[in-house]
Amino acid sequence: MESLLAIIYLVASVTFIVGMKMLGSPATARRGNLVAAAGMGLAILGTITLYTNSNGEHLHNIPWIIGGLAIGTVIGWMMAIKVKMTSMPQMVSFFNGMGGACAALISLIEESHHSAMAGGAHAADVGTSLTIMAGLVIGSVSFSGSIIAFGKLAERIGDIDVKGQQFVNILVLAGVVVVSTMYVMGTMTGMQTLVILAVLSLAYGVLFVMPIGGADMPVVISLLNSFTGVAAACGGFLYGNMVMLIGGILVGSAGTILTVVMCKSMNRSLTNVLFGGLMSKKAGASAGGGSAVQGTIREVTAADAAVLMAYAKQVVIVPGYGLAVAQAQHVCHQLEHELESKGVTVKYAVHPVAGRMPGHMNVLLAEADVSYDKLVEMDEINPEFPTTDVVLVVGANDVVNPAAKTDPTSPIYGMPILDVELATHVIVMKRSMKAGYAGIENELFFRPNTAMLFGDAKASLTALAAQVKAL
Amino acid sequence: MSTETLQLLYLIIMMIFLGVELIMHVPSVLHTPLMSGANAIHGVVIIGSIIVMGQATETLPMILGFIAVILGTLNVVGGFVVTNRMLEMFKKRQ
Repeated sequence: MESLLAIIYLVASVTFIVGMKMLGSPATARRGNLVAAAGMGLAILGTITLYTNSNGEHLHNIPWIIGGLAIGTVIGWMMAIKVKMTSMPQMVSFFNGMGGACAALISLIEESHHSAMAGGAHAADVGTSLTIMAGLVIGSVSFSGSIIAFGKLAERIGDIDVKGQQFVNILVLAGVVVVSTMYVMGTMTGMQTLVILAVLSLAYGVLFVMPIGGADMPVVISLLNSFTGVAAACGGFLYGNMVMLIGGILVGSAGTILTVVMCKSMNRSLTNVLFGGLMSKKAGASAGGGSAVQGTIREVTAADAAVLMAYAKQVVIVPGYGLAVAQAQHVCHQLEHELESKGVTVKYAVHPVAGRMPGHMNVLLAEADVSYDKLVEMDEINPEFPTTDVVLVVGANDVVNPAAKTDPTSPIYGMPILDVELATHVIVMKRSMKAGYAGIENELFFRPNTAMLFGDAKASLTALAAQVKAL
Repeated sequence: MSTETLQLLYLIIMMIFLGVELIMHVPSVLHTPLMSGANAIHGVVIIGSIIVMGQATETLPMILGFIAVILGTLNVVGGFVVTNRMLEMFKKRQ
């Protein structure tokens, strides 16, 4: 029976690898996810029915286990079904945190096993202590960090900028390292030690994510995602469990690379994303905010904008998070339809980090049935802007800010942007003159070829579509 | 170091390279679903929580284990369902 479980774990490991591979290509992604899910289900079932410990005993508490699985399934399913497409990133962060917490709890329980067996003394060998410690620390950091990232993306937690936080961070991190080392060496033992370690790690997770700007949260989530992978692998090491080890390490490694790739698409280094907020945020923001931006803005009515667009040859729509928040992707598709019936070519320029995560905008527009070949990536659309008549920026800001090219003091300097200012007319739809997510002003709004259309994106787009239709 | 530990280390190193290979050439459009899918896969930590829960005899480990199973399941089920919802959107395009 033991070898049957081993084979089941082998099959599950293969489904994870194949599933991940399939997730990497648009045509097979959905099946890939289902393949991995099936493997996971198989591994869980196999563990419940076939697992035996070193004494050959089967698992106890089966009703409790099944109860826990049932509760988790119902809650997880409901949350995943109910969440809006716009809130996807924070949902992923939340689920990631749950995995981290799960890994941390496993470490705590294992320690209580070991101390109970040894009558309070330190019974575990160095290898076991090391994996228990690592699982606890990484899992706890991942949990509290993910919950803070969740809060930031849901805009329930703002960016907090406290003086001397850098110092506190280093102090807490040092505390984690010292207690971890003493625990592994056997100088400090027992549950109390692990509880102290858990508290310190949880605190570090909070402190680590707090100073990082909301716009950089996707990178943080991706990093914490790989942390949880490593924490899961620690559990695999602890039980000599292959499927946990393979699944965990695979995600740990893939997540790390994904994090680096995401940073690259914003043209920044990982260190800059993680610690830039602590080092130079104040200096950068005040210099970038105050200097270059002045001038007058020009407002335009929906009627005028409609005329401009209806008689254009090519209109490029630049969707941003504002479009998603207003749930305006469907109206946007309608406007596209109206323009096309007037013979206008309509394209969508999708910045790699439009929305809140790479690829987020593509998901949202696909939801509204916008056809795939209308979505043009940055490198392809940028050469087209000089020959484009009208650019319609809907709720995007930082990704069209020319300061990224011209102002070395700007926090987003060096980020590749969409060169919308090269088009004949730029119409920017915005709620107000508030700065974008990165918290910086945008000189694009003050350019002579830019006109602002203030108001809720959905209402404005509806008005535009109606006006175009009436023409 | 025992042969078994050594073999595990070899396995870990192979897996690290495999993970890098799998991700390196993925288009940025798929980064979000991929992150979400990977997130569901590390939910495999649920296996560990089932094992500790199944061996717990005292009250405190029982309670903690029960919570761990619930949280692990949230990670697995929520992760796969959210990923599937995202990818459903992509499918419509064809």
